[in-house]
Amino acid sequence: MTPIIEARGITKRFGEVRALDGIDLVAESGHVTALLGPNGAGKTTFVSAVATLLRPDGGEIHVAGIDACAQPKRVREIIGLAGQYASVEPAMTGTENLRMVARLFGLGRRDARTAAADVLERLGLADAGDRLVRTYSGGMRRRLDLGASLVGRPQLLLLDEPTTGLDPRGRKDLWEAIRNLVADGTDVLLTTQYLEEADQLARHIVIIDHGRVIAAGTPDELKDRAGSNVIEVRPRSAGDLPAVEEALSKIGCEAPYTDMDTQRVSAPVAGGADQLRDVVRLLDERDIEVDDVGLRRPSLDEVFLAVTGKHLEPTDPDSDPQSEPADAA
Amino acid sequence: MTTETTVTTSTPDVATGARVDRTTGAGFVTAALQSARRTVLQFFRTPQLLMLGTVQGALFLFMFRYIFGGAINPGEGIDYVDFLVPGFLASGILWLGMPAATGVAEDAATGVHDRLRSLPIPRASIMFGRSLADTALTGWGLLVTTVLAFIVGFRLDAGVGEVLLAVVLLIVMAYCFMWVFISIGLTSKSAQAATGTCTLLIVPLAFVSAAYVPGDSLPGWMQPVANHQPFTVFSNALRSLTLGGADRVGLGHNTAYWVALSLVWCAGILLVFGTIAVSRFARRR
Ligand SMILES: Nc1ncnc2c1ncn2[C@@H]1O[C@H](COP(=O)(O)OP(=O)(O)OP(=O)(O)O)[C@@H](O)[C@H]1O
Ligand SMILES: [Mg+2]
Repeated sequence: MTPIIEARGITKRFGEVRALDGIDLVAESGHVTALLGPNGAGKTTFVSAVATLLRPDGGEIHVAGIDACAQPKRVREIIGLAGQYASVEPAMTGTENLRMVARLFGLGRRDARTAAADVLERLGLADAGDRLVRTYSGGMRRRLDLGASLVGRPQLLLLDEPTTGLDPRGRKDLWEAIRNLVADGTDVLLTTQYLEEADQLARHIVIIDHGRVIAAGTPDELKDRAGSNVIEVRPRSAGDLPAVEEALSKIGCEAPYTDMDTQRVSAPVAGGADQLRDVVRLLDERDIEVDDVGLRRPSLDEVFLAVTGKHLEPTDPDSDPQSEPADAA
Repeated sequence: MTTETTVTTSTPDVATGARVDRTTGAGFVTAALQSARRTVLQFFRTPQLLMLGTVQGALFLFMFRYIFGGAINPGEGIDYVDFLVPGFLASGILWLGMPAATGVAEDAATGVHDRLRSLPIPRASIMFGRSLADTALTGWGLLVTTVLAFIVGFRLDAGVGEVLLAVVLLIVMAYCFMWVFISIGLTSKSAQAATGTCTLLIVPLAFVSAAYVPGDSLPGWMQPVANHQPFTVFSNALRSLTLGGADRVGLGHNTAYWVALSLVWCAGILLVFGTIAVSRFARRR
C-alpha cells in the first residue's frame, strides 16, 4: 500500500539555520502520525513542505504517491491544512468561513452549504455557526480552523499544533474530533509539543529536534527504547519536593527529575515493584505525605531524555500561542 | 460559465476502499470572487475600516477647502475648490488604498495565505480578487468624497463624455495602483511594517505633486520630480477632463496628452507591481 506521506532526506535551510536537516518520514494510511519536537525543531517547516507551501532544498516528498515538488496542484487536491495559528476570518460567521473554504475546494454552492453545516455539527459549533468569529473563544476558533481544513473532505489532514492554547477540556474535545475523523478514513499528520497528545492520538510517532529525526516508532516501541520503568511521586506539599528527590535518588538507576509544573518527581528504576516498595518505605521513614505514588511505563519525555540527554517539556506550556518562537538555534 | 467548471468525481479510494468525493478545486473566477467577497465583508463589518474608508476623505477635503484653501491661489479665473477636487480625488487613491496593504500583510502573517496557498486553486486568483474588492472599496471612499465635494462648492465644466472618461480613468488609476499596495502587503513582515512603508510612499507622492497646489508653486528643486511623477499626471488629466480642457486650467499640452500619459503610467505600474504581487504570492519559499 502506498504510504500517505513518504519523505526522504528532506533538507531546508533558512540562512544559517538548518530548519530541516535530512528528515525521513513515512506515514501509513489509517492512523495518526505525530511529529513531536520542541520549539524550533522544524515541525512547521516540515508540514509546510508537505503542504507544498515550501520547496525543500533537497530530498523528495510523495503524498499518496504524488510527487509534491513536481505536482503540487494534485497534492493540494487531497490535503487540508490547519496551520499553527487559527486563520479563520473574524469578520465572517463560522458558516461563512466554512462555505468559503468549501467553495475554494471546488464544491458547488449547494454542496458547500451542506458540507459547512455537517462540519459545524461534527465539531459542536452548530449553535455558533451564525455568529461572527470575532465573538468566538480561542478554543472555538481553533475548532473552526480545524473545520475549515476538513470541509473539503481531504484525504490527508495536516494539523500544526492543533491544541496549543486550548484548556484541558478543549484539548480532549479536539482529540475526540480527530479520532472520529481517523475512524472515518481520514489520515492525519499532526505536530505537537505535548507528549501526552502524541501518546493519546498517534500510532506512529516521529520525534525531531534541530531538524533531525531522533527517534521513531509506535508509542510502545519508543517506551521500550527508554528501557526502564519509572517511579513517580507527587508529595502533598511542594516543600517536600527536594526530600522526595533525595529519597528517589537512593532507588533510581538514574538521577530523579522534578517537574515543577506538575509537582512530580520521577526516576527510572531497574526493576519495578520491589523498588516501588522501597520508595514507599523511604517516604514513610521521612514522614513525607504523598498524594500519589506509582510505577509506570516510561513517558515520551524519558524517551527523549534517553536519546538526546535532555528533557522535552515545552519551556512554558501556557505561553501566548501568538508569540513567535525566539529560538533560532 | 467559468464559475461552474468544477468537476467533482466520486472515486473509490484506493487506500480505504471508502468512497471519497474528490474535488479538483475552484476555478479562477470562483476563487477570485470568494477572495473579493471576504475583503468586502471584512470592510463593512469592521467599524474602524468602515469609518476610515468612508469619512477620511471628507475630513481631509474639509481641511484643504476651508483651512489651507484661502492661502492657495490656483491662477486667475479658477476657484481653488474646482482646482482642488480632481487632484484630491487622484491622491485619494493613495490614502484609501493603504488599508489594503495592511490587510494583505496581516493575512500573510496570520496564516491566512498559508491556508489559501494549500488549496487547489489558481494562485493568482486570490490577489486578483483582492485587487477588485479593494478597488471597489477605494471607489466607495471616492464616491463619498465626490458627493461632499459638490456640497462644498465644486462645479464641473465639462460634457458628459468627458466626465464619464474622468470617472473611468480614476477607477483605472485606483485599480492599477492597488497592486502597489498589495505588493507592499505581501513583502512586509507585519501589518505595522506595511503601514510604515505606505506612509513613506504616500506622503511624498501626495504632497510633492500638483494634487493640492499648482506645480509651479512648489520649490524649484522639487519641481523636476513633482512635475513628472504619476500623481501630478493623474491630477492634471482629471483636471483637464472636468474643468474644460488643459489650457483652461493653465496646463501645458492638451487633455489627450494628460490622459494618454496617465494610461501609460497605469500600464507600467500594473505590469511591474502586478507581476511582483502575483509571483510573490505564488512563490514556494
Ligand atoms: N521563514 C523563516 N526564515 C528564517 N528562519 C526560519 C523561517 N522559518 C523557520 N525558521 C527557523 O527554522 C527553525 C525551525 O522552525 P519551525 O517553525 O519549523 O519550528 P517548529 O518546530 O514549528 O517550532 P514551534 O514549536 O516553535 O512552532 C527555527 O530555528 C526557525 O527559527
Ligand atoms: Mg511551529
